[in-house]
Amino acid sequence: MSKRYTKDHEWVRMEGDVAIVGISAYAAEQLGDVVYVELPGVNKEIARGADMAVVESAKAASDVYAPIAGSVVEVNEALNEMPQLVNEQAEKDGWFVKLRPTNNTDVLNLMSEAEYAEYVKGLG
Amino acid sequence: MNAAGPLKKLSLDALWRARAKKFGAFAGYDMPLEFEGLVAEHQWTRAHAGLFDVSHMGPCFFALPKGHGLEGEAAHAAIASLIEQLVPADIVGLGAGQVRYTTLLNADGGVLDDLMIARPAEPGAAGDLYIVVNAGCKGEDWALIEASTRERAHLVRADDRALLALQGPEAVSALCAAIPEHAGALDAMQFMNVARYETERFGRLTITRSGYTGEDGFELLVRAEHAQAIAEALLADARVKPIGLGARDSLRLEAGLCLYGHDLDETTSPIEAGLAWTIQKRRREAGDFPGAARILRELKEGPGRRRVGIRPIEKAPAREGVEIFAGDERIGVVTSGGFSPMLGAPISMGYVASAHAKPGVRVDLLVRGQKRPAEIVALPFQPHRYVRKS
Repeated sequence: MSKRYTKDHEWVRMEGDVAIVGISAYAAEQLGDVVYVELPGVNKEIARGADMAVVESAKAASDVYAPIAGSVVEVNEALNEMPQLVNEQAEKDGWFVKLRPTNNTDVLNLMSEAEYAEYVKGLG
Repeated sequence: MNAAGPLKKLSLDALWRARAKKFGAFAGYDMPLEFEGLVAEHQWTRAHAGLFDVSHMGPCFFALPKGHGLEGEAAHAAIASLIEQLVPADIVGLGAGQVRYTTLLNADGGVLDDLMIARPAEPGAAGDLYIVVNAGCKGEDWALIEASTRERAHLVRADDRALLALQGPEAVSALCAAIPEHAGALDAMQFMNVARYETERFGRLTITRSGYTGEDGFELLVRAEHAQAIAEALLADARVKPIGLGARDSLRLEAGLCLYGHDLDETTSPIEAGLAWTIQKRRREAGDFPGAARILRELKEGPGRRRVGIRPIEKAPAREGVEIFAGDERIGVVTSGGFSPMLGAPISMGYVASAHAKPGVRVDLLVRGQKRPAEIVALPFQPHRYVRKS
């Protein structure tokens, strides 16, 4: 399945019954050099729109929200040593969290890639 | 601190806009924040030379009225005594061609701004001072200076000109290449020297060997009509890259230098801020500056709190406003914090109760509701590399 996006610039990709979540390449570019990512604990239950992670650029800290409700099954430990993966491969190896969705259909409410591209274009 | 209203544009706006990745508002100006990227720009400046547009700041000339009839040292003593009413530095004793870093103080010894005061070297400029204050405070600073010295001196603001900073180990060679006719004199300048240069291509330049990155470098005051020519001449040099405000902030933090409104404000004294060195002996003995009672007491007995460097043990940066604890006791607060590109680790500055203000002391930083271990360290985080020839 292709990726889905939120207005807050998170992406979600379903892999089987697990949702892989990160921030978009556009968001990573806006943040600039990512120097630290604070990830949630495994098994944590997170509501849709709740704080899921914090991404710190050289300049500032930004909250990352859960695009869908779910429980954390895995976090990207590689970001501890290489936070720059968020800049280099935001929508691949720079993923943040794998969630087990509370509702499997939630992800369908998010923007498609084409819709997100259009949305970002509108941000100027 | 900033008046609302439309953002002011730099005179080099178009030049930067063609190169910068990000612009943003700072102190009422629309400023380039990032070019290549904060970390790359920061590292470039430490290794080569970075060009910063700091025209938002407040350069001005403060001078005796025309026809003052005083010469040389007498003229300097007259103008210096006027500014000494507001700052605790020895300005009367400042040599020709020298620059001093000091603070504007309120009656309680709190810092209204930090600034540079230069005594021009040129004989024709006796009775003039060249002063650079911060962008966010310039209106208030200039009003204060004028109000306390009216009719005995006049202040001419020079923020219609461009102020460029060229910083880094290759700044001197790049500047000498851009102004070959003065290369010898520029190279001979030392840290905190000032001189005026008449140039064919860029008009009259007022240049100080100073900056706010911890590196060797220069700050150049140039008339707006020549700003583009000198900026382009410097940028054409492979050693020079444009640097945004983002890296300016991370460079000054690594260098352990205070940012007004963050590490210094109206409640902090220069002694708390670790700036006792900016108050020379003559002024301490005379005690004739605003807030002298508090400042002299703090010099003698030690202040209740001190500015310190802080290294988080883990990787989360601790930014401005983060509270500092020793056990359950709140002992202070972070006033600047971020990431050090040179150390590859988070760094912060802040104020802690003096009992804890020693390198090696372990503290906790309350970041996002969680206490995280950190250590008090000596400042700066990166050694200064100023040029002082003997």
